[in-house]
Amino acid sequence: MLELTRVTAGYDRREPVVREVSLSLAPGESLGLLGPSGCGKSTLARVAALLHRPYAGTVVLDGEPVRGWRHRAPRAQRTAVGVVFQQPRLSADPRLTLRELIAQPLRATGRRAEVADRVAALAPAVGLTPELLERRPHEVSDGQLQRACLARALVLRPRWLICDEMTAMLDASTTAALVAVVESYRRESGAGLLAVGHDRVLLERWCDRTVGWQECSAPGAPQEVMGPGGQSS
Amino acid sequence: MKTDAVTTAPGPKAPVLSVRGLSVRFRMRGGRQVAAVADAHFDLAAGECLALVGESGCGKSVLASALLGLLPGNARTSGSALLDDGTDLLTAGERSLARTVRGRRVGLVPQSPAAHLTPVRTVRAQLEETLRELTGARRPALRPAAERAAARASFPAGHLDRYPHELSGGLAQRAATALALIGDAPLLLADEPTTGLDRELVERTVDELRRHTDGGRALLIITHDLAAAERIADRVAVMYAGRIVELDDAERFFGRPGPRHPYARGLLDALPERAFVPIPGMPPELGALPEGCAFAARCDRADELCSVQPPFDGRLACRHGARADGEEPDRA
Ligand SMILES: Nc1ncnc2c1ncn2[C@@H]1O[C@H](COP(=O)(O)OP(=O)(O)OP(=O)(O)O)[C@@H](O)[C@H]1O
Ligand code: SF4
Ligand SMILES: [Mg+2]
Repeated sequence: MLELTRVTAGYDRREPVVREVSLSLAPGESLGLLGPSGCGKSTLARVAALLHRPYAGTVVLDGEPVRGWRHRAPRAQRTAVGVVFQQPRLSADPRLTLRELIAQPLRATGRRAEVADRVAALAPAVGLTPELLERRPHEVSDGQLQRACLARALVLRPRWLICDEMTAMLDASTTAALVAVVESYRRESGAGLLAVGHDRVLLERWCDRTVGWQECSAPGAPQEVMGPGGQSS
Repeated sequence: MKTDAVTTAPGPKAPVLSVRGLSVRFRMRGGRQVAAVADAHFDLAAGECLALVGESGCGKSVLASALLGLLPGNARTSGSALLDDGTDLLTAGERSLARTVRGRRVGLVPQSPAAHLTPVRTVRAQLEETLRELTGARRPALRPAAERAAARASFPAGHLDRYPHELSGGLAQRAATALALIGDAPLLLADEPTTGLDRELVERTVDELRRHTDGGRALLIITHDLAAAERIADRVAVMYAGRIVELDDAERFFGRPGPRHPYARGLLDALPERAFVPIPGMPPELGALPEGCAFAARCDRADELCSVQPPFDGRLACRHGARADGEEPDRA
């Protein structure tokens, strides 16, 4: 399970953007979290991806409470979660070729030996040709770069995948192609998915169930089991 | 105001913009060439909105930059892009473009608004300055005018005193839209004006642009958001690998009989409200285009005929497109 309970988080303690949000995700399940622009859903996605330390609340990953975020997260937890963001240009090191970008998590975890095999398996799955793999981010389109970022998120075979507006900048065909890649990975691996976004049509088509931001923030929302003290509103 | 579906003529009014054979090439290191836009051909009338759609990297933004004289130094253009007073946007000098064209005759809502806002000045200061420059407004009318300009683009009044770096992507986008609407230019180019906005804001922005158009201005909107295009456009141009491959009335395109070009059909079928099936493969490199139809490698109708570049007849560039009446084509 991936369980977030009464998470409060943000960039200013006095004005947190996420207040007491709870949600839980079963292995193999896909959950769409719908919310308007600026509601804080990306911040919550970063908390769930162990990239942003919340002010309050708990995150429990496969039964193990998360105690550290970012580089303080234990490797076993960090590598269990893959994440893809909205703007590939902001999350891709411009100096790396797409091949190096995809392999980055393997190198960072001392698994260099697997690079060749994993890249060879993932590149065709996400639709990248050998020629594109040798280019750097400024030499490819947003769509091509996002394909590489998705491959990077899958390279460690995460049990949980977090997609924060993964397709918001992409055209319809690239969107459908990347969603198909995620779904085929999930079928084969049994990974769970949290897809965050504001496109209801897309998330309802893509995910097993979708919840609105309001429902997760309101204590006692029926679907989202609250911690002790949660009361219905 | 939707135009007649059957003619390619721009409608009753003279076109505000008339584009003929517009091509843009980039010269790269080693003498390589990138054909970012090839032989674009369309008219745009007052009160009309044309939506330009296509995959990432197909040349949409380069086309818009060419119309504004904002291409980088390694670009070469050919063809013409005439305003109704005869100004050719491709050959007009930088001086006249800067003094009389940009902002006044041709407005732009840029694709990356953050890059177009002045970082050291608040949104209010930038709106007031643009109002002063383009409309001659002076104090005390300036302050309410800036607030009205912000409201038109749904930019919240409470954020007017913020600096660009204090805005979310969606807010920066709305600030840029507000600035672009001020000059009331007869031709407005909007490059992805709704990226980063949620559905409700997309609809508000698009409806404001539509109202602006209905007031007698011409709008070229570039977007990957087909729902937004359907909501706003009179006509739709589909671009693939630098070429316009289909140009049709929006109602026919999104409704019945639907697109005729196999690529355009694939793009609509990829929508989550439709089949949600991607077009197989990826677009070709613009620096290494194949002979003949650039879509052939991904097209289930491709045959020998497609190895020769299909000409654009003003509506369609395809050897085996669906017939205009919606019947299946003869596979001659
Ligand atoms: N200065 C340049 N030099 C060389 N190639 C360029 C230059 N600017 C753009 N290109 C190329 O021209 C092509 C079209 O780019 P353009 O920005 O018009 O795409 P687009 O259709 O607007 O894509 P998006 O939907 O991602 O905004 C791309 O292949 C791009 O790599
Ligand atoms: S010209 Fe041929 S390959 Fe190109 S889109 Fe038409 S049928 Fe397909
Ligand atoms: Mg663009």
